[in-house]
Amino acid sequence: MKPSKLFGNLYLAVILTLLYLPIAVIVVYSFSGNSNFSFSQGFTLEAYRSIFTSKQTPQLLAALKNTLIIAAVSSVFATALGTFSAVGIHALSRRAKNAVMGVNQLPLINSEIVMAVSLMIFFVNASFIPEGMTRLILSHISFCTPYVVLSVMPKLVQMDPNLYEAAADLGANRFRTMSDVILPCIFPGVVSGFVMAFTISLDDFIITQINKGETGIETLSTYIYEDARLKSLQPFWFAVFSIIFVVVLAVLLLINLRRTKPISSPAIH
Amino acid sequence: MRKKPVSAVSKVGRFSFPRKAFAFPYMLFLLVFIIVPLVMVLINAFIDDATGRLTLRNFVTFFSDSTGLRVLGNSLVIGLLTTGICLLLGYPAAYLLSRHHASNRILVLLFILPMWVNFLIRTLSTKAIFLALGVELGMGTVIFGMVYNYLPFMILPLHTTLSDIDHAYTEAASDLGADGVQTFLRTTLPLSVPGIVSGITMVFIPTISTFAISELLSNRQIFLFGDSIQTKFSQGLYGVGSVMSLVMLAFVLLSSAVLNRLNRDDPKGGSLL
Repeated sequence: MKPSKLFGNLYLAVILTLLYLPIAVIVVYSFSGNSNFSFSQGFTLEAYRSIFTSKQTPQLLAALKNTLIIAAVSSVFATALGTFSAVGIHALSRRAKNAVMGVNQLPLINSEIVMAVSLMIFFVNASFIPEGMTRLILSHISFCTPYVVLSVMPKLVQMDPNLYEAAADLGANRFRTMSDVILPCIFPGVVSGFVMAFTISLDDFIITQINKGETGIETLSTYIYEDARLKSLQPFWFAVFSIIFVVVLAVLLLINLRRTKPISSPAIH
Repeated sequence: MRKKPVSAVSKVGRFSFPRKAFAFPYMLFLLVFIIVPLVMVLINAFIDDATGRLTLRNFVTFFSDSTGLRVLGNSLVIGLLTTGICLLLGYPAAYLLSRHHASNRILVLLFILPMWVNFLIRTLSTKAIFLALGVELGMGTVIFGMVYNYLPFMILPLHTTLSDIDHAYTEAASDLGADGVQTFLRTTLPLSVPGIVSGITMVFIPTISTFAISELLSNRQIFLFGDSIQTKFSQGLYGVGSVMSLVMLAFVLLSSAVLNRLNRDDPKGGSLL
């Protein structure tokens, strides 16, 4: 190996270490059963056990449940809304299309805090929308759908426009065309849009924190914030963080490995 | 471009309507949940919280409040430092990645992955480690936390741009007698400017506007612009909070205008301005 190449690889290794070290340290010490970064009690699964036995277990599980409900409901709605509208937007005139895509882009480029407070002001004025889950799900749909539209759009562009005509010539109406012709063609985009929406919803903190209101609804991230903001990190958070980290890592690696068609070498290097 | 025979088609189905109608519900949704809320922020900036009358007082309050401006100044400094460090660390990494052959996809993925672990988890982990090591929380730890959180956001666009650069350019440069440094400075670097700008935006905007990271990593000593927007709203000061949101929005629109200008040839971008 040339020295410059070796140096380059070394640099990449250093950056990767920087990116993974903090989480790796937490994962290692999640097996120490305490939060002072020492193995004074030796190797133990106490932290993992305490997820189910701690005083905070009910709150933790409620937060987990809320997180999953919000993510599931909003990503399903976002996927349906985003897919149908992408098909529609694709058929719009160039100018209208640019305008809609411009607005669609807003939640992506806008700073999250501005999105969050604008929704908060909106809900203050639209007080007929019930506080809590409904508002949170609506907020999540509003920042997830743009990602679905963006991941479906390229598939529509790739699609042969003659297919619409063929479907219509053969007597299919709009919905039939949608379900039997368009959807199968754009399906990969729909799936990745859904995954994207689900993940982004799971991950959200700022918009949820500001719009959860006084109903006491917590999601995982808002509960982590409320609980760990002022005290030092409880041992069971070490365990929870480790689990979340490993799950995220595994799921994303799996999704991406499956997308690479021939998995010739499973090795990382 | 070929005209699509929309009218001919729409006579066929029983529920016939133009295909673009599929976009109408979402257009309504965007109007209600994206545009109207932002317009409400705009309106609120001109409304007195106490009396509900139109006023410019919120602007005066914000722009004459030294604490508020200091927070903005602090945020800009921390934002610039974070962005600079991310660029310095991220560019070489993205460059090396773009010419790495061995199982490139997975390697790139490893650099991007941390982005998907919740930033609170990453921040609290870093904080716990700093505390265990006895590092005093302050400006240094805040910047470390920001770099740690946003470095993948710098590497991703840089890597995309750098791998899209046609090798013919660099080959041509070296064929014409440029050495390695010259080739880099005269071809690769200028061609990667869109990636640089995109990376800068993806790091700078979230850094100054995020809330919680600096609060957690400085033991509530350093508050950034995002924190103070949140504080204003939680105190019910919607007017001043809205003015601050508009300032933030101005930064966002400015950077996206620059980006759009640079990516004008890019067919997939819908322009905003």
